[in-house]
Amino acid sequence: MADKNETILAIRDLKVDFATPDGTVNAVKGISLDVRAGETLAVVGESGSGKSQTMMGIMGLLARNGTVTGSATYRGRELIGLPPSELNRVRGAKVTMIFQEPMTSLDPLYPIGRQIAEPIVHHRGGSYREARKRVLELLELVGIPEPARRIDSYPHELSGGQRQRVMIAMALANDPDILIADEPTTALDVTIQAQILKLLRSLQERFGMAIVLITHDLGIVRHFAERVAVMRRGEVVEQGTTADIFERPTSDYTKMLLAAEPHGRKASPPDTAPIILEGRDVVVDYRIGGGLFSGGKSMFRAVDRVTVRLREGQTIGVVGESGSGKSTLGRALLRLIPGAGYYRFGTTDISGYDRSRMRPLRKAMQLVFQDPYGSLSPRQTVGEVITEGLLVHEPDLGKAERDRRAVAALKEVGLDPEARNRYPHEFSGGQRQRIAIARAMILKPKVVILDEPTSALDRSVQGQVIDLLRRLQDTHQLSYLFISHDLSVVRAMSDYVVVMKDGRIVEEGETDRIFEAPANAYTKALIGAAFHV
Amino acid sequence: MIAFVLRRLASAVPTLFIVVTISFFLMRFAPGGPFNLERPLPPATMENLVRTYQLDQPLWRQYVTYITNAVTGDFGPSYIYKDNSVAELIGKGLPYSIELGFYALLLALVGGVTMGTVAALRQNSALDFSIMSLATVGTTVPNFVVGPVLTLVFAIALSWLPAGGWGDGSLRFLILPMIALALPQLAVFARLTRGSMIEALHADHIRTARAYGLPSRVVVVTHAMRGAMLPVVSYLAPCAAALLTGSAVVETIFTIPGVGRYFVLGAINRDYTLVMGTVILIAIFVIVFNLLVDILYGLLDPRVRHD
Repeated sequence: MADKNETILAIRDLKVDFATPDGTVNAVKGISLDVRAGETLAVVGESGSGKSQTMMGIMGLLARNGTVTGSATYRGRELIGLPPSELNRVRGAKVTMIFQEPMTSLDPLYPIGRQIAEPIVHHRGGSYREARKRVLELLELVGIPEPARRIDSYPHELSGGQRQRVMIAMALANDPDILIADEPTTALDVTIQAQILKLLRSLQERFGMAIVLITHDLGIVRHFAERVAVMRRGEVVEQGTTADIFERPTSDYTKMLLAAEPHGRKASPPDTAPIILEGRDVVVDYRIGGGLFSGGKSMFRAVDRVTVRLREGQTIGVVGESGSGKSTLGRALLRLIPGAGYYRFGTTDISGYDRSRMRPLRKAMQLVFQDPYGSLSPRQTVGEVITEGLLVHEPDLGKAERDRRAVAALKEVGLDPEARNRYPHEFSGGQRQRIAIARAMILKPKVVILDEPTSALDRSVQGQVIDLLRRLQDTHQLSYLFISHDLSVVRAMSDYVVVMKDGRIVEEGETDRIFEAPANAYTKALIGAAFHV
Repeated sequence: MIAFVLRRLASAVPTLFIVVTISFFLMRFAPGGPFNLERPLPPATMENLVRTYQLDQPLWRQYVTYITNAVTGDFGPSYIYKDNSVAELIGKGLPYSIELGFYALLLALVGGVTMGTVAALRQNSALDFSIMSLATVGTTVPNFVVGPVLTLVFAIALSWLPAGGWGDGSLRFLILPMIALALPQLAVFARLTRGSMIEALHADHIRTARAYGLPSRVVVVTHAMRGAMLPVVSYLAPCAAALLTGSAVVETIFTIPGVGRYFVLGAINRDYTLVMGTVILIAIFVIVFNLLVDILYGLLDPRVRHD
């Protein structure tokens, strides 16, 4: 076992600057960190804190406009300022890296076996044929089923979790000293997340490399890391053992981060509350493939006989991993996509309603999406974005009245009304999500379907958006269908939870009951993976 | 793979049929005819000609006759080059056009891809700027200007190269027309390559390759370039079809006995059969090259493999 007191990577006064048209941006402002042999160091921070750029700077991977200064010595050898050919002897051999995006981190045009072999061939010499045996061992090691068959697969033939395993195999290929894992599980479902973390830990026990885990997820840090460095705006605000950081945080920022974990509970509406939106035996099929000449159409059942009853003032949390059909269910309930089954809004049977008959009801049924970057048109001012619905649903409103409503809606979501004359790109992710919420609220809806509204946001911002959504619900007696894969947010937001898997509901019930005494094995696995990494 | 090729070839038949039909009727509906010359022919001669070429028959019958003959490889006589059948004319000219077009394609592809790659690797440098300016010149200056300028400089002023003609077919005769023909396409390839190379170099998997200490050459050639070539390969099909079937302008300027002129001359003179012949030729080239490129695309990109 490695000597855990030996510092193998010493970072001293490291700075990363980016030259932009608006002047120099200091992404990392002279930080110092030690990585010791065989330890797990977590570097924690929200987006823009410089945690990734620190590692990119050391590895010589900065964007073209970035420069790194200061010092980073690996076992006494200075890495900063090395010419690429010299740096290439260290990176990929003794210091390796895995990334956040398992979907795009591998070259789509080469079989995975070849890609794993590449660093072996380049660092150790020999041929691809000779490296093949080692690649098979590595695939076996990271738990890829049937390595002999999978070795010739292309990345697009593997799932996200498997691709991340391939990346790990690549990282292990040359027996590294340090493995830098940059948000390695952020893009993965919770159960897969837990598997990948478990794999990393067991590999670390076996091979004794140090792991530098870059993440924004404190839950993972608590269970995985031995030491923690908290970064904010390019500086290390606090570092120490995991126990110290979590039990006795000294900096206000760390305290705030820890407190930003969503908390609180929502009380259920009375049983007498009328049902506002109902879908009974909802079935949605997608057609896959099938062109003019190719034939071979097949059906994929995205939602399979699901029944949901949303009461006035209620929040139903819909939980499930990607592909479970939760977003499809939300759209089907709003009749935005065709689906079989019985649908009711208030007391109106809307099962057979087409687009034009649904239109007058749309005002009362709104949708907020996950991606606050993609869901706002970049060419409209914020004012235009949020008043567009009024043009359709209340065409008689005058310009002044529309503007008055826009001001009110922006104030309500906690934004400066002056924002309505600016464009979405001038706002942060959290502010954009507020704009998207204002766009829904301006129509005074009764039901809002929230499709992963906080998933693209930092924890501390998430908390603010959740508070906002709760307040709006209270003030306007709203009913929410809250779709999310993030169980801690669902627990804080909903009074009723529906767990979906492969298009079906596997379990449903009051929020506390589901979280404290899950009955179904899948629900248990999901909750276990999320809260006890 | 074989099934894919067969299916594509089968679908080429209706495509070709539609192209032939549309151009047949378009041509006939254009005002004038093959024998409406500047000095009108005596009515008797005119009548004689019309009867000989069966232009007095109803249009649908002429169409049926044309199609039936075309299927057996008989594309009729040319109305203007009266001693030759269309098949003979094309058969004689095509090898010249293909040879010249092939060299031009090679020059455009190799030159364009190299320049585009260099520009992408040195993005926003003086070198990038000059290459892209050159590409703009290549696209904007028409080849009826480039051709004479090349002749003026290299044939007349410097006397390095012949001004035109095929001569003995040696490279000396080909260089100037080849450059005139290739330049606009070279510019397109350079632009396409630069754009897709810049995108490819920013891909996450390129960062992975760098993080694993692969030498720059491997990162650029093996990982970035292969992906960046996909849009270039897509453009290869229409480009190859256009270059190999000859260019009216370049062949006229450099007096190359190819088939490029026939399309324009045929259209101007209402030489119905000659136009139809060149249309079919170009259509076949486009179809075949599209098929070849789709196969090549599948080899380059496993995600679109045809199996």
